[in-house]
Amino acid sequence: MSTVDERPHEVALAASGTKPPLTQRPGLLSQHLGTALVGAIIGYAIGHWLGNTISSHYAYIVNSGQNAIADTLGLMFGVAGWLLGIGALNYPLAKLVGRQPNSEVEIQGWSKYFRYSTNHKTVGLQYVVGVLLFMFTGGLLAMAIRTELLSPTTHVFSPDTYIKIVSEHGTVMMMMATSIVVGPLGNYLVPLMIGSRRMAFPRIEAFSFWVFVAGYMVIFSALPFGGFPTGWTGYAPLQTQSGPGMVSYLFGFAVIGLGMMAAGFNIAVTIINYRAPGMTWSRVPIFVWSILATAALLTLATPTLFAAGVFGLLDRTVQTAFYVTEHGGSSYLWENLFWFFGHPEVYIMALPGFGIAGEILPVFTRKPLFAYKVGAAGMIGVSLLSFFVWQHHLFQSGINPDMRPLFMLTTELISIPTGFIYLVGMGTMYKAKIRFDLPMLFVMALYFNFLIGGVTGVFLSDVPVNVTVHGGFFVLAHFHYTIMGGLLFAFMAGLYYWLPKMTGRMMNRRIGLWHFWTMFIFFNLTFFPMFIIGLLGQPRRVFTYAKNLQGLNDFSSISAFVLGFSFLIFFFNLVWSLYINPVKAPANPWDSLGLEWQTATPVPAHNFDRIPVVLADPYHYSEVNAPAVADLGPASPPDEPSLSGAPA
Amino acid sequence: MNETHHLRRMTIAWVIVSVVADVLFWFFVGPHVPPGRMTDMATSNQFDFNILFVIALPVLIGVWIYLGYTIVVWSAKRGGPEPVGGEAARTNRTAQVAWITITSVVVLFLAGFGTVELVVNHGSGGGEGPNPVWSPAGATKAEAAALAGTGTWSPHSGQVLPVQVIAQQWKFTYRYPTFGGFETTQLVLPTNTTIVFNVTSLDVTHSFWAYQLGVKADANPLINDVAYTATTQQGQFVVRCSELCGIWHGAMYNYGRVVSQQAFATWAQQTEATNAANTQLLPAFAWTYTPDANGAAGGYYPDGKVTPYSSAEVYGAKQPAS
Repeated sequence: MSTVDERPHEVALAASGTKPPLTQRPGLLSQHLGTALVGAIIGYAIGHWLGNTISSHYAYIVNSGQNAIADTLGLMFGVAGWLLGIGALNYPLAKLVGRQPNSEVEIQGWSKYFRYSTNHKTVGLQYVVGVLLFMFTGGLLAMAIRTELLSPTTHVFSPDTYIKIVSEHGTVMMMMATSIVVGPLGNYLVPLMIGSRRMAFPRIEAFSFWVFVAGYMVIFSALPFGGFPTGWTGYAPLQTQSGPGMVSYLFGFAVIGLGMMAAGFNIAVTIINYRAPGMTWSRVPIFVWSILATAALLTLATPTLFAAGVFGLLDRTVQTAFYVTEHGGSSYLWENLFWFFGHPEVYIMALPGFGIAGEILPVFTRKPLFAYKVGAAGMIGVSLLSFFVWQHHLFQSGINPDMRPLFMLTTELISIPTGFIYLVGMGTMYKAKIRFDLPMLFVMALYFNFLIGGVTGVFLSDVPVNVTVHGGFFVLAHFHYTIMGGLLFAFMAGLYYWLPKMTGRMMNRRIGLWHFWTMFIFFNLTFFPMFIIGLLGQPRRVFTYAKNLQGLNDFSSISAFVLGFSFLIFFFNLVWSLYINPVKAPANPWDSLGLEWQTATPVPAHNFDRIPVVLADPYHYSEVNAPAVADLGPASPPDEPSLSGAPA
Repeated sequence: MNETHHLRRMTIAWVIVSVVADVLFWFFVGPHVPPGRMTDMATSNQFDFNILFVIALPVLIGVWIYLGYTIVVWSAKRGGPEPVGGEAARTNRTAQVAWITITSVVVLFLAGFGTVELVVNHGSGGGEGPNPVWSPAGATKAEAAALAGTGTWSPHSGQVLPVQVIAQQWKFTYRYPTFGGFETTQLVLPTNTTIVFNVTSLDVTHSFWAYQLGVKADANPLINDVAYTATTQQGQFVVRCSELCGIWHGAMYNYGRVVSQQAFATWAQQTEATNAANTQLLPAFAWTYTPDANGAAGGYYPDGKVTPYSSAEVYGAKQPAS
């Protein structure tokens, strides 16, 4: 278990007695977001020109008026140009031509957030902004959907525009949700929590973020290309039938999939290999367990999505027939590949939320985490079982009727390890002394919301009941209760809890309370009626519905607008607390025993002056003669950083 | 207050509220739960939903009572003793074993119950694909006769009625193989009759959701998705597409009727006669139809006889005149 970074040029500098610079000011010609955008535009132009040059004379392209080859190559070269422009390829290209790469040092000042930083804390904060931007745009699309559904007939958007808004909303939100915790909090906190100075592969970490942003732009590029009408599930043959916007969907999934695989692989290797001395598996924080389980899912499930997207692109570009039934392919192939990724994806979104709850509960109940080992085992159990449930999405598809009892069983079995998180939470709260600060309020809301999401999931897993509730607003309400009611509330809990460590500023409590109560109340008022709407027969993704459902739909829409407003309160709180009226955060404002809180605020460049020796798990609250969590060693002067922690 | 009192209070509250809620739901809400009781499948789906709800309510109420109790009693604002740390607060073998056992028993019961209901109710109205594993009596025979063109149906005969549902962007049409294979946009069914829906598509994936009938089956091109139901009440029902199928997915719905057997027979014979000229232009009745080379809109052909891989003579001869 080593945390020593042995890059040759730094070793050489050290041998010569010269300390390498930790930070530097950016040069005029250095690479940043601007050069990345220029690279993307130039790359797209070259790719599109190349595609047109090599394929525009083919009969099927001339006849259809669509050149998917040019579209695909344009996006492909655009992403390559983006990565070149941001500097992601500097190191490997230098190595490729036999040169010694330049030393990668942290840039000072704000501009580092617009650059290819290999510092896990910078990447974590980049992810915070990235996922909030994703969420904001996806949320605006949700407002548009609810506006259209104010009336039982089409009234604001055309059916064409509406279905594209629905599709874009689903895709953007799902892709955002896969990274909403792993990206910001996973990257920022995991090294701090396990006593490491860095991630295992800092360049891969930076790559995962900038590819994530590229994927975001690729998915949004569907709109100028005419959008796509398939929803986030992209079912074939509708996918095959759709216009050029579908290329953005397929390629966007592939690009984001690359980022997810990179992030998962990096985080898993970091947790396994970069734990500080004494950080045994029984002392690993529960949040880290959840991130490890998630990283395993990201690494193992996402390749299926990537392959599915590539098959779709091949169908559109070089006329293969993976999903074209009448030419020997099968639409079931897409459905199976998509959901083989898609259901583990649900737990990619849920598990980190459980981890956040488990991390916050002991701090605010002032009690040890109850049934820690059961909680960790539950996360591993969920991640394993999640690979064996995907066909419950296909109960009515006509495929494998004889397998339905098996998939009904596996789906219902997964509620056992999922229920462990309730055992952990309720046991920890038992006879506690609970401080209902903002993070704890959001955790309580998570337990309330996710319970409804989880229980209604059992209804969906029951094949006979599934006949009535599949494909309707019932399932829509269910997954919003699990993903938004669970994960998003957990993310908010995590932000209110850890932002003081990440930014050195306390979030305003009063504004935070307004945010919490509006979000909690109007989340439930928005989505609970959708269970009833679904039971009364309204399918998903429709712009028309029965006149007698207008009251419920309007109630849901108006609640959704207030729910959207609650996010504006949150953004206002961010701006207020960080810029307008900043209040300096103490090093450990919540009296947490977590290792991440034992280092200074703001976190030093190398996290810890000396690699800590972990002595106990971080949950010894209210314990007489509790052992110290870690031996952090004597502090060294802040201007004397050690070589070993330099970001690589 | 010792530990026993907390648990006793919560348990008493939980039992009372759960029993009251379950009884109220079962007797006052349950009979009105969708999809109603128009068919045996709808009735069984409603029954299953109600059973699950009666089990789910105590779970929900239990956790809500616990959370509420936590907020009221163990809030830091109210003072009281400091929490207990150490090993005693970290684990409780009895609580853990009880939790895992209870959740496992409930889950295994639900899986077993769902499986029994699925099998006993012939797929519970869900699409079983081209090779159903849980067919009602007489269905297989009626299907074979329908494909051979020898199927019959008459009032009060107890015969199974096969109906083909053909989905395309963005409408449903229906063929009645026991009445010469005519095709219509109206879905009319006889009461007290077992219906076999054979659901297919001419273009993209749709889903045939006959809401009040308790039937939902995806319509896939080149696949015959079979679902069963037995009508028990007369009335109107709505049919909606529940799988996103493109721009006008939201407008892909129509209505069907369950009528008396005699009324159905009259309607079917009249429609067969009225549509006879059009029926002659249709391809021979088959479970699926292959879209033509230009996609779905141009026409369709009997599966297994003509495909895009058929010889040019056969394929070309079957091309629509337009």
